[in-house]
Amino acid sequence: MTNSWTDIRNTDLVIIMGGNAAEAHPCGFKWVTEAKANRGAKLIVVDPRFTRSAAVADYYAPIRQGSDIAFLNGVINYCIANDKVQWDYVKAFTNASYIVKEGFAYKDGLFTGYDEEKRDYNRSTWDYEIGPDGYAVVDDTLQHPRCVWNLLKAHVAQYTPELVERITGTPKDKFLKVASMISECSSKTKTMTSMYALGWTQHSKGSQNIRTMAMLQLILGNIGVRGGGMNALRGHSNIQGLTDVGLMSNMIPGYLTLPTEREPDFNAYMSTRGFKPLRPNQMSYWQNYKKFFVSFQKAMWGDAATAENNWAFDYLPKLDVPAYDILRAFELMKQGKMNVYVCQGFNPMQAFPNRGKLAEALAKLKLLVVMDPLQTETARFWENHGVYNPADTAKIQTEVIQLPTTCFAEDEGSLVNSGRWIQWHWPAGSPPGEARTDAAIMSGIHLRMKELYRKEGGAFPDPILNLTWTYKDPHEPTAVELTKELNGSVLKDVLDPNDPTKKVLEAGKQVATFGVLRDDGSTAAGCWIYSGSYTEAGNMMARRDNSDPDATGAYLKWSFAWPANRRILYNRASCDIDGKPWDPTRKLIEWDGSKWTGYDVPDIAPTAKPQDVGPFIMNPEGVSRLFARGMMREGPFPVHYEPFESPVANLIAPKIRGNPVARVFKDDFAQFADTASKEFPYAATSYRLTEHFHYWTKNNHVNAVLQPEFFVEISEELAKEKSIKNAGWVRVWSKRGSVFAKAYVTKRIRPLIVDGKPVHIVGIPIHWGFVGAAKKGFPANVLTPFVGDANIETPEFKAFLVNIEPSTGPVA
Amino acid sequence: MNMELSRRQFLKTAGAGVAGTTLGAMGFGAIEEAYASTIKPFRLVDTTEVRNTCTYCSVACGILIFAKGNLAKGEKADITHIEGDSDHPTNRGTLCPKGAALLDIVKSETRLQYPMIRRAGSDKFERISWDAALDKIARAFKDDRDANFIARNKDGVTVNRWTTTGFLAASATTNETAWCTYKTVRSLGMLVFDNQARV
Repeated sequence: MTNSWTDIRNTDLVIIMGGNAAEAHPCGFKWVTEAKANRGAKLIVVDPRFTRSAAVADYYAPIRQGSDIAFLNGVINYCIANDKVQWDYVKAFTNASYIVKEGFAYKDGLFTGYDEEKRDYNRSTWDYEIGPDGYAVVDDTLQHPRCVWNLLKAHVAQYTPELVERITGTPKDKFLKVASMISECSSKTKTMTSMYALGWTQHSKGSQNIRTMAMLQLILGNIGVRGGGMNALRGHSNIQGLTDVGLMSNMIPGYLTLPTEREPDFNAYMSTRGFKPLRPNQMSYWQNYKKFFVSFQKAMWGDAATAENNWAFDYLPKLDVPAYDILRAFELMKQGKMNVYVCQGFNPMQAFPNRGKLAEALAKLKLLVVMDPLQTETARFWENHGVYNPADTAKIQTEVIQLPTTCFAEDEGSLVNSGRWIQWHWPAGSPPGEARTDAAIMSGIHLRMKELYRKEGGAFPDPILNLTWTYKDPHEPTAVELTKELNGSVLKDVLDPNDPTKKVLEAGKQVATFGVLRDDGSTAAGCWIYSGSYTEAGNMMARRDNSDPDATGAYLKWSFAWPANRRILYNRASCDIDGKPWDPTRKLIEWDGSKWTGYDVPDIAPTAKPQDVGPFIMNPEGVSRLFARGMMREGPFPVHYEPFESPVANLIAPKIRGNPVARVFKDDFAQFADTASKEFPYAATSYRLTEHFHYWTKNNHVNAVLQPEFFVEISEELAKEKSIKNAGWVRVWSKRGSVFAKAYVTKRIRPLIVDGKPVHIVGIPIHWGFVGAAKKGFPANVLTPFVGDANIETPEFKAFLVNIEPSTGPVA
Repeated sequence: MNMELSRRQFLKTAGAGVAGTTLGAMGFGAIEEAYASTIKPFRLVDTTEVRNTCTYCSVACGILIFAKGNLAKGEKADITHIEGDSDHPTNRGTLCPKGAALLDIVKSETRLQYPMIRRAGSDKFERISWDAALDKIARAFKDDRDANFIARNKDGVTVNRWTTTGFLAASATTNETAWCTYKTVRSLGMLVFDNQARV
């Protein structure tokens, strides 16, 4: 989230598209209700299903899953055509005026530089013209034919209300009503917030779904303001934190990145991370990259990271592929290229697509280790449960070690909520049986590895032997010890260059902010964006002062928000070019003539002059991007692409199947249903129910009673066509697997008319499996396709094809 | 002054096991007595209250966990009740159908109790000690790493990577667990490393 849950109270219009907050985030949705009741805010829901969010909406429009970009490009086109643009914002705070290189073009669904063989682009033309002064060339009059604004205008012109209806199935009048309501928020005193979740991420073009709405929000001037923003409603209690701390193939904590093998040494690595400003006076905050990187290396390897060895640069592995994400991991496993796999509190057999493939892959491992508070299907993949989990147990040679861990109620530490608040919690109960904390288990593994390498030697032991592990009890570091490392501390005194009798930083002290981190080895910080969370003043994350002066929703003294306790990102953009709030009733910060002050921590240097320094300080431009340069793999502007399994061909580019740059493994292509397949004619989507949380709550008696049994939702029309009775059994199958479910025939789902033909939707809740307190059932992922988003590899769970027929139910 | 007396302060003053009928003896008036009679003294007196965060979605509702026994004092603590934290700015005491049933996930019959091993081809899990389990994991890691570690790629560039063992991290563990995990995994040169944010 750029904003916070409590900030939603400040909005005028909520759009829920790509999510279902009323059911999946009920207590956060309360702030929508608050805005409606107290400000007269309106709620729009755009979704294939008439969800419980839709049930309390002021306006609902149906949409075919996987067509959001067509819809949103249509809204952008509507806003431009009807002059519903926050012009002062767009001109000052976006790259609308930047001139794009000659040679950049778009035609028939593709941009310049496509290589069909590689399913990738040469992106060299996707950038600005650079002038003789070394800065990007701009045309403030927006007259230049190749300025971003004119290219954007031309790019979205195709997405007329008529075309939007033909692609999305949203009736034209409903689309126009939504577009009109949204466009009103181009006013300086009206704000829209976008609340989205996995309904947008779980597509082969998920990142572009989100980007399209972000562009719309910029055009409306809704980023950085109270009641606005792009608000990702994250699904799990610490998904945000796990991402911040970089537990991903290619990440270093705080959104730094691992080197690739094309960056053979430290200089080559740093050369692509210089972030030279692209316009005069801009902060381009990533210019501090080296300070954060060196401080991270010092946190990891202490004295073994020196200037002479480039801060132990070679201790980091170098990537040969963009990332070893989970899809790639299971592909490698299936090919027999992996031997050992550890699942820590994660049940991939349920949570990942094409369960048949996952089970086949797991059976090829030598050792599977599962650390979890609960029984999981993954740990028991070798058990034969008939149709629910057909397994040839005796033939599966994988050894499985299952380790019991503590749960939230027995563990201490911090979690990051969707709004980036890092909140501390304390343990309340004793763990069951012999369960241990994850920290104790990881320590057990690390200390044993250290010992084995010390005794036996072996492959490159240095990063293991030199890993900093100076905890009081090395077998179980405390949460406070670990979090102090994340915050960072001073390793060597730093003296004031003007007065060497004074210390600027004192060895042994916690750093107060990432602003003091250094690239000379005198500071350490595990995760620079968390600096300030545990300082000499104590544990800032444990703060519990819930005062909120003037009821802005900021709650600055409650916990700690990264970065720097800032509650609304880009908040400098809440003011005009002179530093005055666009909407005085929604003041956040303002320029008082010499500095920025207000309700939030300014997202800019406190004395940065408003006319000089742009609000988007992380970008070398200082402004936000309507044109993404080469940063998105599909292109700098969003294009409508169909899901890999689609009931219709792509109307704007019939030859293109799915996302043209998404990675697809060879065997998986063979397991996709054809476009407009007669064999698999129905458009399926998967989702959560309010009574369940993924595959956890089926272990919970209460939730298992509330929603005991697997079902699928279909329209009355489809039920009639297929002679399916409400509460009767059906079989649903895709090209990858087959499930049995009870049918729920409902008015909440209706067929959509897509390019003149009806498309039926099959809704598939995700929550069942073969362990737990609920009835045995099937997870939706027996059916889903093994392909991910082109930029970040989130699987395409939200749009795929199935068939359905009445059935007598499973024979166990 | 009486008006400002919180439930907790009141009970502290009154002491454990207080009964409504004894209130008069402490000098409190009828109003306090009536108020006290609405309080369930059992939970506030006999249990320890601990502040925590709901383990499910990222709304991160504040919760209060009540336990018999005080873990902070080194006692064995048995969780008896969980409710929303009314001081929390986001949820203001409310919980959803999942959060309201948190006690049953803590106490789930399918909570794991002991380290277990399923041997190759076997149809059952068997008990194994922690030491034996961790030794086995470390040995498997070491053998696989030594056999498959790539120090240099074919162009002679130092790459120091290990891709035949992988680690999938969680979504509900703390930042501190995440950091401890990151240090352990990354220091091994492991690249097949991901977490639940992927979905």
